[in-house]
Amino acid sequence: MIYYLLSMLLFLIGLYGVLVKRNLIKIIIGLVLMEYATFLFLALVGYKKGGTAPIITKGFEKAVFVDPLPQALVLTAIVIGLATTALLVSIAVRIYQRYGTFDIREIRRLKG
Amino acid sequence: MNLIPLFIALPLGAAFLLPILRYRNFDKQKTGQANPAVILGKWSKRTPDIVANLINLTLLVLSLMVINRGMLVYKMGGWEPFKGIPIGIYLVLDGLSVLMLLIINSIGFLAALYSVNYMEKYTDKTRYYTLFLLLIAGMNGVVLSGDMFNLFVFLEVAAIASYALVAFGTEAEELEAAFKYQVMGTVASGFILLGIALLYSFSGTLNMADIARIINQQGIQGTVLFVGALFIMGFGLKAAIMPFHAWLPDAHPSAPAPVSAMLSGVLIKAIGVYALVRILFNVLGLGETKSILYILMVLGIISMVAGALLALGQRDFKRLLAYSSISQIGYIVFAFGLGTPLGFLGGLFHLLNHATFKSLLFLNSGAIVYATENRDLEKMGGLLERMPVTGTTATIASMSIAGVPPLSGFWSKLIIIMAAIQAEQFIFALIAVLISIITLAYYLKVQRLAFFGKLGQAWKKTKEVPGLMCASMIILSLLCLGLGILLLPGIKSMILDPAVEVLKNGAQYANLILGE
Repeated sequence: MIYYLLSMLLFLIGLYGVLVKRNLIKIIIGLVLMEYATFLFLALVGYKKGGTAPIITKGFEKAVFVDPLPQALVLTAIVIGLATTALLVSIAVRIYQRYGTFDIREIRRLKG
Repeated sequence: MNLIPLFIALPLGAAFLLPILRYRNFDKQKTGQANPAVILGKWSKRTPDIVANLINLTLLVLSLMVINRGMLVYKMGGWEPFKGIPIGIYLVLDGLSVLMLLIINSIGFLAALYSVNYMEKYTDKTRYYTLFLLLIAGMNGVVLSGDMFNLFVFLEVAAIASYALVAFGTEAEELEAAFKYQVMGTVASGFILLGIALLYSFSGTLNMADIARIINQQGIQGTVLFVGALFIMGFGLKAAIMPFHAWLPDAHPSAPAPVSAMLSGVLIKAIGVYALVRILFNVLGLGETKSILYILMVLGIISMVAGALLALGQRDFKRLLAYSSISQIGYIVFAFGLGTPLGFLGGLFHLLNHATFKSLLFLNSGAIVYATENRDLEKMGGLLERMPVTGTTATIASMSIAGVPPLSGFWSKLIIIMAAIQAEQFIFALIAVLISIITLAYYLKVQRLAFFGKLGQAWKKTKEVPGLMCASMIILSLLCLGLGILLLPGIKSMILDPAVEVLKNGAQYANLILGE
């Protein structure tokens, strides 16, 4: 149970970073934390106490296996997360080239 | 032959093929040697145009072919269900998916046609079409997917392509908008993934039909309601419903015009509204839960009112259109929130109509930018004289969105208001009527400032845009004029009725797919 709560806490820390921080890079880090908290939660969903890797071999036919599906999902989601983070960082770099700052208070050419 | 996988495979394949082929060609220019891998002949400047438009045309034809086929299920990789429990990934084509496929692929085709000339001023057409085709592949995947996680993956494909397309011009404003859009979009994806994880821990399966069956058996519990709330947040952000709308007025105007048309016309509906109603009504079976329906109705009304009021004060043409999109999405979400068959009909029909007239208006704004390099309404004036096609089609679209009979927008708004009265939501119906009048007001302002009045001194030499851009605007304006015929009994039973049927059946969705 404590792990579920910790992953939720991590999610909230990430959300806090996105909402409060003023630096583009820190916002990106907040987003990454949120993503990782979700991945952790997904992996926990498939975990069983004392479970082993779900590979059926001799002597392990009756063992408790963890659920492999969430692990496959997490792998896919990590790849997606890589793509979003890479795009986000490259946009942040281009923004730095244009505005010369990472501070969102100074990146305000669009009117609200 | 089963046509369903082609909707995803064709655009996805072409999206990967285009940059590879171009890279091979660069190879040849550098070394002077013909690369044996080039099989499609010479690469010319027009190749990406031709390939992308052919693919989009094929997709449009395919989506016309699947009308009225009933329900089709495609099991990816040929994984048959084991003891009645689905194992592989399902692609499901039912009435609702057919309607969405028609919208995505017709607007996609017309936007690609428009891009041929419009995108000349940008440097890299190959990459543009790659992203454009990825966007289409992602949206087709979302509307066809019968599996929660698969839906999430396609949603991310479409979303990432759209972030990159918003930033495509790499000017300061575009990058700023793209960053804002992507931060909001990633937060939304986080909520959606969290919802999917909770749903998996609750039901032990990811197949949408299987989840629906398990929730049917166990009844709606706290977990399901919490997941519903997470999805309203996540997909609400993607659909730009009011408290989650802040990114849209920046992101949609910053993109190149055909992309704005795709984003505002199709994307917010395919990965926002469609996914939301599909999951809430068909998977979670919340179609009769009063609290959820009420939330949808209130969110819809708030977006309707606030979007329209904010649109009134805008001077930038594209920004006004973006706020108008929020307002119209409000109508659609409100209609779904009514939870009656008539409400579903109104919502789906308005979704279709909004796709046509809003993409047409964005293409019109693009035509004005193309001809005059200007988006400020106050500086335009009398453009109808110099740009007759753009002016006329924009007038048709504005009248349609404002609900002037007999144009398409009138019918869908009429159905929504009738459905609200039928559901005894009199105050909300009154608000919907009032907002419709405000909509008329701000579109009349657009007409007066941009197209009528005295021709500005600066625009004396403005020319009408090239033929292909005109063609796609004319086709869209004909759709705005004629879509009302979809309500005629014979035609209604082909396209709109099956889609309404899917939502009306709610959790029966499970039995239809699992075949019990």
